[in-house]
Amino acid sequence: MESVSDDQMLAFYRRLYPFKSIFHWLNQGHAPTRLFTHRELAFTLKGDVYLRYNSFNTTEEFKKQVCLLNPTRFEIGPVYSARPKDKKTVRPAAFKPTLRELVFDIDMTDYDEIRTCCSDAAICSRCWVFISLAVRVLDKAIRTQFGYKHLLWVYSGRRGIHLWISDKEAIELTDDERKAMVGWLTVIAGGKEMHKKVNVRQPNKPLPPSIQAALEPLAETFMDLILEDQDCFESKEGWQELLHLIPDKEIQSDLRERWTKHENSSSEKWADLRAKIKELPKVSSRRTLMSYALEDIVLQYTYPRLDAEVSKHRNHLLKAPFCIHPKTGRVCVPVDPHDIDNFDPEKVPTVGQLLNELDQAGSDEHHADWEKTSLKPYIEMLDRHAAGLMEETRLAVRSGMDMSW
Amino acid sequence: MFSARERVAKLPEVERYSNLKYPYRLNFYDRPPLDDITIEEFETCALDRLRVLAEIESSFVRNRTWDELKNVTQNQSEKYLPLNSRTALTVDRDSERRKDHIGHYVLRLAFCRSEDLRRRFVKAELALFRIRYDTDDADERRDFVSSKDFNWVEVPESEVKQHMSDLIAASSHFKDFDLKKERFFKVKWTRVPDLVEKRKVFLKDGMAYVPQREQSSIIFQEYQKSLEKALELTAKALPRLDEDTRIVPILENLSQGFLAGVSSEWSTGTASTNGEQLTADMIDGIARAHYPMCMRHLHETLRRDKHLKHNGRLQYGLFLKVLGLSIDEAITFWRRSFSKIQEDKFNKEYRYNIRHSYGLEGKRANYAAKSCVQILTAEAPGTGEAHGCPYRHFSEDNLASALISTYSSQGLTTSDLPDIMTAVKSKHYHVACTRVFEITHGRYGVKKGEGIGLGESVTHPNQYAAKSREYEKARMDTMEKASEDVVMSST
Ligand SMILES: [Zn+2]
Repeated sequence: MESVSDDQMLAFYRRLYPFKSIFHWLNQGHAPTRLFTHRELAFTLKGDVYLRYNSFNTTEEFKKQVCLLNPTRFEIGPVYSARPKDKKTVRPAAFKPTLRELVFDIDMTDYDEIRTCCSDAAICSRCWVFISLAVRVLDKAIRTQFGYKHLLWVYSGRRGIHLWISDKEAIELTDDERKAMVGWLTVIAGGKEMHKKVNVRQPNKPLPPSIQAALEPLAETFMDLILEDQDCFESKEGWQELLHLIPDKEIQSDLRERWTKHENSSSEKWADLRAKIKELPKVSSRRTLMSYALEDIVLQYTYPRLDAEVSKHRNHLLKAPFCIHPKTGRVCVPVDPHDIDNFDPEKVPTVGQLLNELDQAGSDEHHADWEKTSLKPYIEMLDRHAAGLMEETRLAVRSGMDMSW
Repeated sequence: MFSARERVAKLPEVERYSNLKYPYRLNFYDRPPLDDITIEEFETCALDRLRVLAEIESSFVRNRTWDELKNVTQNQSEKYLPLNSRTALTVDRDSERRKDHIGHYVLRLAFCRSEDLRRRFVKAELALFRIRYDTDDADERRDFVSSKDFNWVEVPESEVKQHMSDLIAASSHFKDFDLKKERFFKVKWTRVPDLVEKRKVFLKDGMAYVPQREQSSIIFQEYQKSLEKALELTAKALPRLDEDTRIVPILENLSQGFLAGVSSEWSTGTASTNGEQLTADMIDGIARAHYPMCMRHLHETLRRDKHLKHNGRLQYGLFLKVLGLSIDEAITFWRRSFSKIQEDKFNKEYRYNIRHSYGLEGKRANYAAKSCVQILTAEAPGTGEAHGCPYRHFSEDNLASALISTYSSQGLTTSDLPDIMTAVKSKHYHVACTRVFEITHGRYGVKKGEGIGLGESVTHPNQYAAKSREYEKARMDTMEKASEDVVMSST
């Protein structure tokens, strides 16, 4: 791992950071609106100095300040009812968060109780599979169930991923509505002391349709990821945790006896479990109960784990796309959810690599610096995303819709 | 001019309804009454509505079930605020509905003045609306609902079929769900955040498919929201109205009528029932004869420990104040009770607090004695503390033995316990306490179900004690009168 020098950071902001693209994405149009001018930007400087309530009238102003402060990173907050930089001079009642992209945060540390390959801050391509699965499931659920279209997924630079939703309705959601949506999408609940963390169905009833819809891709990946690759039930703690999730006492004690006597792999244990269920009479409540339990186990080990607090409040700050992760030096690049399975966090460009590419490219008047580096496809991805939003604004203005943010 | 009834006979049915100035029995009250209203109408419409709302509020306080509340409200409405459906052709529905309309608006004026009043008014009005909604004529209700723009679309049958299994799965929390009988409505999901959060609806493209039976919750939510908003607006506009000298006294009167409802009647004031002056040395006797269990427990703890912790002093001290103990007698009472405490420590630490609770120190507030609701919902007693409600805060066996040792001299026996404990187990602490009152006042002829009089339940420790003292006084008066008669006849 490389650590990032001040000079590298400054060069990155001056020559590569896509301020214009970020502006278009936040502002959803060419001329600055409240979406940008009343937006809080918070800077983290070296030595953990934290500067809140900055706001800017234009991209140029924004870039100038970033280059002056050279922050280790910066975060994006809500649009307030007054300009954040005027916070001290307005009445507290006149300074309220009003609009904000709906954001979600998935962090690998929430998977520590499941993954066997790494723990804490560490992440490898094997545990990234959990993240890519979460992206596929949430992206689909949010689009089909809530009808939102403008979703931007951004790699957090180390061990997680952020989602920013910019649809007009999503930006306008109240905190209560955000909380309701988080409730709808949350399936895993309960801390360490709770064995069974999935309690989403009415007693003896099938899953709610939204979760049923997620089950199929999850069940597929469960075989490869949980049984084969992570081999979650191989260790004693692993299979004991599994036994806690089996409601049928007879099957539970049979399996406990069997697995205590001789060791076997997760796949073999899963096969044992399924064989036990097959022995039950076809149409019986015991069998139904056990097949529901299997579904719940699949969900518990694979369903996306959300950091709910991030999403519930409009005034939560979230690191801006294209910032540099200070420990890894990697850029927080946007990620295409349709190609998420091929995304490798270890291949994401680092700031050192990008500056090298710039040095080697030499001078070329016709292209911007970023176009000469491997940052290009990522910036183009954000530009396409922002263009979609700006097109929506243009259409709305033409049809006379109220877009006065 | 024709009267409404004369015209009715000549017209087909649909026409008859459309002639009504108020086409629906239900009303969101989103438009103020614009006709001239006499000052008498102003007052009677409001008073009659208040009689209904006060009964609803007292039902909440007395923990009545929804069905009981519904019955009581319907009875009261029939008497004071009848509101017939449009099919009641022989009734002047418009004038009933006009009265309903005016009464609501006058009470808005009376109850917008404080946040507490607004909250209570909305709660009572919402209950009234729900009862009317539940009992409304089905056709008329349907027409009312479609007259409002709730911005929902009925899901066409073909679409219901298309999402059949999803709709069934999403409705699995209903006990008797039958897809064939259910109609669905589409609304933006943000209109039903509660249902979304609990995954109680089917969601597609940002639209929630709300079954008809959940539709009412959208309507109630909408009504509540708009009423809350309207009351705040009225509160802001009220200062202008205050110039009208004819109306203000009426409004004052109305809001006080609501405030003096069951829950707060006993909270303040120090009028003693008998008009006699209470003294510190009378307290032991009154405690034995007239205290509810919570105060008995406090009093006996005080006698045993010669001390009470802060929360206990507060609960008991304010009770004594309302019971009729004057400030001087209160200081005497507490001074004697804290017999282990030195004079200067008492003066330094306790005298001020007693005077404070009588409103003689500090911000000189007239502190109210705690009602049952306040006692039940305040912080539960910790170790060494004696405040709270024994029915709620004692373990079952401790409560049983405390009741026997406290009240057996007044006629309570072990055979009474199962009845009391059933109420306790179902968390109806008021009911348990009221039952104990009935048993211990059996010697005055109080019967089961009579409560502390006319079926009323215990809602305040001071109300318990005062009613108990009233019974005693009534008997003394009769006895006195009897002995007078004896004296007179002997002369
Ligand atoms: Zn790993």
